[in-house]
Amino acid sequence: MNVLIDKFDVFAGGFWLTLQICVLAAIGALILGAIVAVLRISPVPPLRAVGTVYVNVFRNMPLTVVMFFAAFGLPALGSNADFLRIPVLDSLFNRLGTDLPYFRFALIALVLYTAAFVCEALRSGVNAVPPGQAEAARSLGLTFGQNLRHVVLPQSWKASVVPLGSVIIAMIKNSALVGFFGVVGDLSQTADQLTSAEGYAFIPVAIGISIGYLIMTVPLGALLDRLEKRQAVAR
Amino acid sequence: MRIKRVAAVAAVAALALGLTACGGDDGEDAGSGSKSFAAGSTMEKLNKAQKIKIGTKFDQPGFGQKGLSGKPEGFDVEIAKIIVKELGIPEDKIEYVETPSKVREDVIVNGNVDLVAATYTINDKRKERIAFAGPYYEAGQNILVKKDDTTITGPDSFKDGTKKVCSVTGSTPAETIKQYVKDVGTQLVLFDTYDKCRDALKGGQVNAVTTDNVILLGYIAKDEASFKLAGTNFTKEPYGIGVKKEDADFRSFINDTLDKAVADGSWKKAWDDTAGKFGAELGAAPTINRY
Repeated sequence: MNVLIDKFDVFAGGFWLTLQICVLAAIGALILGAIVAVLRISPVPPLRAVGTVYVNVFRNMPLTVVMFFAAFGLPALGSNADFLRIPVLDSLFNRLGTDLPYFRFALIALVLYTAAFVCEALRSGVNAVPPGQAEAARSLGLTFGQNLRHVVLPQSWKASVVPLGSVIIAMIKNSALVGFFGVVGDLSQTADQLTSAEGYAFIPVAIGISIGYLIMTVPLGALLDRLEKRQAVAR
Repeated sequence: MRIKRVAAVAAVAALALGLTACGGDDGEDAGSGSKSFAAGSTMEKLNKAQKIKIGTKFDQPGFGQKGLSGKPEGFDVEIAKIIVKELGIPEDKIEYVETPSKVREDVIVNGNVDLVAATYTINDKRKERIAFAGPYYEAGQNILVKKDDTTITGPDSFKDGTKKVCSVTGSTPAETIKQYVKDVGTQLVLFDTYDKCRDALKGGQVNAVTTDNVILLGYIAKDEASFKLAGTNFTKEPYGIGVKKEDADFRSFINDTLDKAVADGSWKKAWDDTAGKFGAELGAAPTINRY
């Protein structure tokens, strides 16, 4: 077990990188997921169709395949995902701004995949709002946008909190894949490094990275439970 | 009811599959070979059993690559066959097990295979868990670049922090190149196979691929118009045969076999038939390290 102490800095570095990618991917997925959710509940049929197709494609494809498309498909199309090198962000997260595109590719894959689930979590929240509320708002003459902003979304958030949290926890666990698509130094790739190149026994290393993931996911789960108690819709 | 029936069919199908998957072994050959070994030694056990499990790579051109024949082929495999022959076991009784870099020590320690010949660089860290016979070949790390690239001349070219290099997770070359790059996070890419590295080099995401020269020569052999080596070997990577740490007898038996193979020319022939086809130099036989 002394690998945990000897190589603490390696584990810490892996944890840090995984945390970075998870924070960025969570932000991206929440934004994109919200947009898709709005599309799916909008009154305009073509927009609804776009949202539905998006969710069906990304919800039903294995993340590994999405990652493959991002890491090997985008370069084939001649893209290095440079649009993600956002001026202020790339100084905070230096992996975003490098010429090496793989961190960005992994981010794109995680965001696209997770957004589908975020969208469905949000929609389940919207469905939890009694239809009478939206109908009442419509009859008062609120537009679709006003209706969402003032009546439906404030109430649906509460019902979405728990499913959203589950989606984000799933995303953190899914981030374990990025190490196999060219991102160097995240938790799971760290394990690979330690067990093969440096010859440490597998089990202590696996325990080490498990702890890393648990540090991220368990508090999030606990936080969700508390939010649920305080926030969720009283039934 | 409908669901139950479907489930039953699925279960039967799964069982049938499982049974066929296990049904590959049909009886044993009762031959004991014409060799005799010290009682209780690994050699004797293997000879008695008349079968052996060998761990090798399935994706390493020239050393151990599983092709259309369904059996891995290459220099590692040929060396393993020489050892197997010396044990008095027929070639068709070898069971090949794929051993990617990260599982090699574990399969030896757990006894899943009898020996590992898989471009296995001898180093002290690994010697803590297993033992090496050999070396039977000395490779060296080198750098593959695009044919028209003149900016990379050796590992020192990565020190300025602009050039990006690709290697394979958990490999010795990946560890070595880390000492040359300025910032691992922004210059080093690691995949699980070198093929992905080659594609990244072709696509321009990285400027170079680094690993043992023989693997790179394999790529050049397949695509001379695109790639070349930058500079010369900058490390020495002695390849050994991995065996259980406590099995000194088996190790020295393999060492004797390797010495014999070098002397009678079968070592060189193994090379010429496999990795030698890429134009890789064999060089003089490395001195066996008996420890």
